[in-house]
Amino acid sequence: MYQEVILQHYRTPKNFGPLSGATASGEESNPLCGDHIRVELKVSDGGVVEEVGFSGDGCAISVAATSLLTQKVKGRPVAEVEKISREDVFQLIGIPLSPARIKCGLTGFVALGRALHGEPSGSVSASEPVGSP
Amino acid sequence: MDVARLRNDFPILGRRIHDRPLVYLDSAATSQKPRCVIDAVASFYAEHNANVHRGVHTLGEEATDAFERAREKAAAFVGARDPAEIVFTRGTTESLNLLAHGLARTVLERGDRVVTTVLEHHSNIVPWQILRSERGIRLDFLDIDDGGALRPEAIDDAPGLRTRVLTVTQVSNVLGTVTPIRELAERAHARGAVVIVDAAQSAPHYPIDVERLGIDFLAFSGHKTLGPTGIGVLWGRADRLRSLPPYQGGGEMIREVHQDRVLFQEPPARFEAGTPPIAQAVGLGTALDYLGRVGWEELADHERKITERMYRMANDRFGGRLRIFGPGPGAARNATFSFSLPGVHPHDIASLADADGVALRSGHHCAQPLMERLGVPALTRASAYLYTLPEEIDRLGDCLERIEALFARAPTRGNVANRATPDLNTAT
Repeated sequence: MYQEVILQHYRTPKNFGPLSGATASGEESNPLCGDHIRVELKVSDGGVVEEVGFSGDGCAISVAATSLLTQKVKGRPVAEVEKISREDVFQLIGIPLSPARIKCGLTGFVALGRALHGEPSGSVSASEPVGSP
Repeated sequence: MDVARLRNDFPILGRRIHDRPLVYLDSAATSQKPRCVIDAVASFYAEHNANVHRGVHTLGEEATDAFERAREKAAAFVGARDPAEIVFTRGTTESLNLLAHGLARTVLERGDRVVTTVLEHHSNIVPWQILRSERGIRLDFLDIDDGGALRPEAIDDAPGLRTRVLTVTQVSNVLGTVTPIRELAERAHARGAVVIVDAAQSAPHYPIDVERLGIDFLAFSGHKTLGPTGIGVLWGRADRLRSLPPYQGGGEMIREVHQDRVLFQEPPARFEAGTPPIAQAVGLGTALDYLGRVGWEELADHERKITERMYRMANDRFGGRLRIFGPGPGAARNATFSFSLPGVHPHDIASLADADGVALRSGHHCAQPLMERLGVPALTRASAYLYTLPEEIDRLGDCLERIEALFARAPTRGNVANRATPDLNTAT
C-alpha cells in the first residue's frame, strides 16, 4: 500500500499550504483518525482553476491522494474538475486501498467537492456513519 | 502464569495474518475468547436453547437456570451482595445510557451538576451531553495532570451547585491510567452525588469489589472480559436500582399491563425488557469462571512484565522518539499503551503493522476530549492482555522499526501533522 509515490507525496506534498487570494474553499475531516484537510481554489473569471492549495493533518494516504489530486486539477476548467470521480482518485493513488482506508483516500476529494459546490464545511461529516473504535 | 500454555485455550491466536503469526494487541477494544466460552455458547444453542422466565417446559427451565446462574457469577465477580443487583444489558454503553436516562427522570434537575472526567470514553460523555442539551444540566470534566493522573479535588469546585452525579472510568482506555475510585467516591458522596464507575477497561484486569469501592453503580462489558459481544453487566446498589424508572418498555419488565395502567417489575427485571442475550450471558459466566482460574495476582504480575518490556523496547530501540502517553511502568496502570512516532501518522502505523500480522488500533479511541487535552489528533494503541507474550512486544518493536525506516528513507520535512503550515508553501 505504501509505494514510493505515496511516501514521496506525503513527505513533500505538492500545492501544500494556504492559498492567498482563494475564491473558494472546502473542508473534510475524518473523525475516526483525526484527519482534517482543507482545499482552497483560485478560480478565474473564465472558470479555470488557476491555483489550488491544501492544508491540514493527515495520514500518508490522505495527504498523498490530495497532493496528487491538486496536481490534476491545477490549470483545468471547473467543468472538467467537476467530472473527476472517486474512481479517478483511486486511479491517481494507483494502489488498491483496503476498505478501512478508502475514506482516507477520498478526504481531499470530498474537500475539493465542497470547495467547488460551496457546501458548508465540517457539518456534513458529522452525519456520516463513522466506525466506532 | 504459563502464558504459552494458556494461549492454547484461544483458537484465534493460531491464526496467521498476511502469512505472519497474529500478534493481537487490540484487547482494549475486545478480548479474544477462550475455547470454553465459544463452546459454552455453542452448547447452549445446541442443547438448552429456549426463552427465559416463561416456558414451563424443560428447555425453558434449563435456559432460565443457566441465565440466572450467569447472573450469580456476575454478582460474585463484582462483589455484589445479591444477584438481584445485577442487570444484564447489551454492554457498558447501554448500561451508562440506562443510568443517564433513569437519573434524568429522577434526581437531575435543570442546573444540576454532573461531573465526569477528561479520561472518559465517549460512552460516558455523550449520554450526559445529551442531558445537558435536553435538560439543562451542567457537565464538568475533571482534568488530568501531565502524567495522566486525575485531579480528584476538582469535584469540590462549584460549591454553589448541586453535584448530583459523578461518573468516572476506573481505567482509561487510552492511557491505561487507574483512577482512585475510593477517594473520588468519598468526595462525591460528601457532595451528595450518585457515583457511577465505568469498569469496561478495569474488569478484565483487576478484581472488583463494589462494596469496598463505596460506589452506587458499576458497568462493564462481556466482550472485553473474554466473553461474547452483546452482553453487559450493570451493577447497582439495591436501593439505587429500585429508585430508577424503567429504561425500555416491553415484555419481562412488567407485572401487569391493562389498557389504563401498567405495573413494573422490581429490579433487575424492570430493566430487562424483551428477550435478553441469553447465550451471551451463559458465555460470560464461563468467561468469568476462566478469569477466576487464572488468578488476579498472576495476571497483574504478567501485565507488569509486559509493561516493563514495552517501556524497555521503546527506550532501547527508539530512545525518546517512541513516546508512550500516560503513566510510566511503576505507576498504577494496565498494559494499554498509546504512543506516537514522529513522522508517521497513527493510521499509517496501524496499516503497516497489519501487513506484519500485528493488530494495533489507531485514531481517537472514542476519546476525543482526551485527544484534545493531550494535544494530538490521534494516537496508535497497543493493548495487551493475559495471552500476550513478552516476545510479541519485541515483534511490535521490529515492525515499528521497519515503519520508521520506511518513512525516513528519503529526506523528510518532518511530520505533516506536526509542522507549521506556512513552512510548507515551499513544498510546491
